[in-house]
Amino acid sequence: MSQINKEKGVQFIFLGIALLSITMLFLIMLFLFMEGIPVFEHVSIKEFIFGDLWYPTDDEPAFGIFPLIIGSFSVASFSAILAIPLGIMTAIYIAEIADKRIAEIVKPVVELMASMPSVVIGFFGMIVVAPFLQKFFNIPVGLNLFNAGLMLAFMAIPTICSISEDALFSVPSALKEGSYALGATHLETIIKITIPAALSGISTGVILGLSRAIGETMVVLMVAGGAAIVPGSIFDPIRPMPSTIAAEMAEAPYHSEHYYALFAVAITLFIFTFIFNLAADYISYKYKQTEESY
Amino acid sequence: MEPKIKMCTRKLDFFYDTFQALCDISLDFHEYKSTALIGPSGCGKSTYLKCLNRMNELIPKTKITGDVKLNDDIIYSSDVDVVSLRRKVGMVFQKPNPFPKTIFDNVAYGPIINGEKNKSKLTEIVEKSLKQAAIWDEVKDRLNNNALELSGGQQQRLCIARALAVNPEVLLMDEPASALDPIATQKIEELINELKKKLTIIIVTHNMQQAARVSDRTAFFYMGKLIEVNDTDTLFTNPALKQTEDYITGRFG
Repeated sequence: MSQINKEKGVQFIFLGIALLSITMLFLIMLFLFMEGIPVFEHVSIKEFIFGDLWYPTDDEPAFGIFPLIIGSFSVASFSAILAIPLGIMTAIYIAEIADKRIAEIVKPVVELMASMPSVVIGFFGMIVVAPFLQKFFNIPVGLNLFNAGLMLAFMAIPTICSISEDALFSVPSALKEGSYALGATHLETIIKITIPAALSGISTGVILGLSRAIGETMVVLMVAGGAAIVPGSIFDPIRPMPSTIAAEMAEAPYHSEHYYALFAVAITLFIFTFIFNLAADYISYKYKQTEESY
Repeated sequence: MEPKIKMCTRKLDFFYDTFQALCDISLDFHEYKSTALIGPSGCGKSTYLKCLNRMNELIPKTKITGDVKLNDDIIYSSDVDVVSLRRKVGMVFQKPNPFPKTIFDNVAYGPIINGEKNKSKLTEIVEKSLKQAAIWDEVKDRLNNNALELSGGQQQRLCIARALAVNPEVLLMDEPASALDPIATQKIEELINELKKKLTIIIVTHNMQQAARVSDRTAFFYMGKLIEVNDTDTLFTNPALKQTEDYITGRFG
């Protein structure tokens, strides 16, 4: 075989492999839509999204996923409130303040936290955190929005921290020196120069961390309480979208309304995480243009 | 009449870990004059410059001995606030390093961290500094544009304006034109000659013609030592030492 043909062959193989993986993902998406859309023969899109009753197995089944959406968002927002400041501040400490020796220990430890299996975190939430919350706040059950948000924050912090740390670390030292040379203190330099310059990376980290929290299944299944209601307080149980799918899919008869409805929930979830990732891409692209000037 | 000595170093030694980068440097800088530091790469002139506003302290594992004085005050004594020192001794870097902010915010940065909050005062300072740095006419209509949109030469003059905005008494310049084209370089040099009427300038340069054009005094550094210092005219036309002559005539370095 001539050299050129070999070259072409290699290109062809790579093209094939690339197409294969993309096609499979595309087919999964297609399947998702094919299995989800039939539910809208029984229920309108508006009722589905804004209906606040989720009784999929009743004689007169109700497929309103509003409580599930709110469940997902409330737990994601609550974990964001905890995880964003903690993750970013840890990143600032590691990248800018900590002694090099300490940073070399802390950074891998934080990154190691990301490799903790979610079932372990869920287990911890159930066995340790739930009884503690019950006693400490004097509430009937410890499996609720608060607990789930706490556990999801645990999971999001390593992602937020590690991506933010990389972004802060790669801020050109020329910028920091320029700030010091004008008489800025270390803190002023961090707040006014380093953080704004690293904002693209920090936002990417935040969004990826949170999209992990919003798509997370096992933890919320274990510790969120599982009641499909719109929560009135942070100590109410919730039932986010992923745990609904995981808990009910095995019991839903094949091609029943319930089955279709669960796929439609999955479509909703998919759209949300898709928007999250799109936003992350857009933000990092937008800021990167200014960063490349150095 | 002897000119006033604005800044000086006495028996300055500087170490990077165990490597001695500067050795026994005693040098005076006269007020309202510009002094050029010349010498081959690695001779310690940039390191020396950093010692004058304590930027060297940002590098870990370094040690400095000897005295550096500004207006007869020792700047390395423990009661000197490094922040206020750097406001008096400004610095312009080799590569233009504007912040990724608007042109206005770049210049206003120093005054703002100094505590200036009055918006009209800030506008005034920004305009004055940009005029001093001879860039006002080019940017006055786009003060709210990002500074990174400017050309390299404009960015460097913006950095000079930024340094001037905190009213420094001394301006340190580390090869300020080495990354610029000839026309931008010429503008910077004209600017230096204008600025030294109001402040004391210390400039590191690789370019001996530049040293001759912009400086009143020139100091020749070699291998971490100060070899010779004199009025620029004298040093270039009638150097006292053979080593200096070899360098300025291009026989080495």
